[in-house]
Amino acid sequence: MLDLIREYDVIGAFWITIQLTLYAAVGSLLIGTIVAILRVSPVKIFSWAGATYVNIVRNTPLTLIVFFMFFCLYQLLSWHFSPLSARSSTHAFQWGVVGLSIYHASFVSEALRSGINTVPVGQAEAARAIGLGFGQSMREVILPQALRGAIAPLGNTMIALTKNTTVVSTIGVAEASYAMKNAIEFSPNVLYLIFAVMALGFVILTLPMGIAFTHFSRKLAVQR
Amino acid sequence: MSAPSVLFDIPGPKAARRNTFIGIVGAVVILGLVGLVAYGLREQLTPQMWAPFLSVDTWRYYVYPGVFMTLQAAIISVILASGLGLILGMGRLSHRKVISWASAIFVEFFRSVPVLMMMLFAFFVFLFTFRLPGNLLPLAGVVVGLTLYNSCVMAELIRSGVHSLPKGQREAGFAIGLSPGQTLRSILLPQAITAMLPSLVSQLVVILKDTALGYLITYPDLVRSMGNLSAVKGNLVTSFLVAAVIFILINYSLTRFAHWLERKTAGRRAGPEAVALPELAVDPDPDEEMYADNDIYADPASYTRGKRPLH
Repeated sequence: MLDLIREYDVIGAFWITIQLTLYAAVGSLLIGTIVAILRVSPVKIFSWAGATYVNIVRNTPLTLIVFFMFFCLYQLLSWHFSPLSARSSTHAFQWGVVGLSIYHASFVSEALRSGINTVPVGQAEAARAIGLGFGQSMREVILPQALRGAIAPLGNTMIALTKNTTVVSTIGVAEASYAMKNAIEFSPNVLYLIFAVMALGFVILTLPMGIAFTHFSRKLAVQR
Repeated sequence: MSAPSVLFDIPGPKAARRNTFIGIVGAVVILGLVGLVAYGLREQLTPQMWAPFLSVDTWRYYVYPGVFMTLQAAIISVILASGLGLILGMGRLSHRKVISWASAIFVEFFRSVPVLMMMLFAFFVFLFTFRLPGNLLPLAGVVVGLTLYNSCVMAELIRSGVHSLPKGQREAGFAIGLSPGQTLRSILLPQAITAMLPSLVSQLVVILKDTALGYLITYPDLVRSMGNLSAVKGNLVTSFLVAAVIFILINYSLTRFAHWLERKTAGRRAGPEAVALPELAVDPDPDEEMYADNDIYADPASYTRGKRPLH
């Protein structure tokens, strides 16, 4: 088993997976927060734009979004982040992160919105009744409760993101599932062992995340 | 914005005027952004790029087979996953420790492995171990991958559905002399399954999207057949856009249907309104409140629904 891990650079592949997850997590949190702000805005056109973004993106397969980024925007139109002389896998990695961020931003925005929905209207009314202004009631009363309520759905999104990074193997990023396909094609006799090792890698990545998010969502839950 | 919102007060005349102004500026900015992307893609959106979609052959040889293959894989998977999910869900609820532990380990394991990996694995198992004929391989890989993952999601739905039922339901079953198994099958499961129907339909959206992963194991789904089309006609951008529109139309109508189903079945059981995926459910898809923001104000019955009268 150790030979297998060394021969196909399993650790390196999982490191790419982790990097994809971290960059895409930051990206999707940024875009998702903007979309969530648009969605809950009292200005009709903004909430409409936010809802449209969510409806379009989360009903489209991630594969299609990633393909669009890589084949259309990069290969066809050669939009790029790194100099064009960089290796193709570098461009694929960067566009993969963009695709993952755009896709998961819709789920992040829904998670934040569902967090806001957990706050009873009475909390806002009470805040206004004791004379807090808009900024004060946001800072002191509403957002602290809303963010706590959003921990569990955000955790689900981040776990889904970790697993969905495998999709960018379709555009040639050498992450875990790419390494698995490679390994199986070269040593099909240990097919089951390869799958067990790779699957275990994902269990090791996602299980602690799940436990941590569950722990914090319980610990920080607002008692009502 | 007629319903009171947690975040904002109902705007007065001054705020309403300000909102209109911000709205107009915002609309210009949003249109500008969309226009910028369209400008960047302008060479790919010319009329001759759309022309292939005017011919019947494109629809007959590329779009229709793609949609058919996508739906085929999704429907087979949802049926198999429901069956396996029911077995796993009942297994997890079993009072025999061995069965419930085995089901729990199975569910937790396959829930944390990416669908794409399971598809790849299934594909190669069918290739090397079962030596399936080449034309069946991709379909078998896609279906097995989707089934393994989604049966775990459904098992969790069933479990949380049963757990969310009032305790009295189980006790009543025992009181009239049913065994634990009989209580589960004839009292708890029917109610739990009604409660999870909307989530099941939402899960179909996830399955439909995930069929596109079959691309990697050469399953000729919609994304792949649109890729083939663009290889012939050289219209990659428009082909992908059409594929996206088809996916969005199907999935959006499924989401609306799930929502309708939820309203329709609400109040027909003792449990809560609907069962969403429990914590750690892996695909964060169904947001039951998405189209129901103002329901609580529109429907006074929902204040009391879920709370049983005390008699």
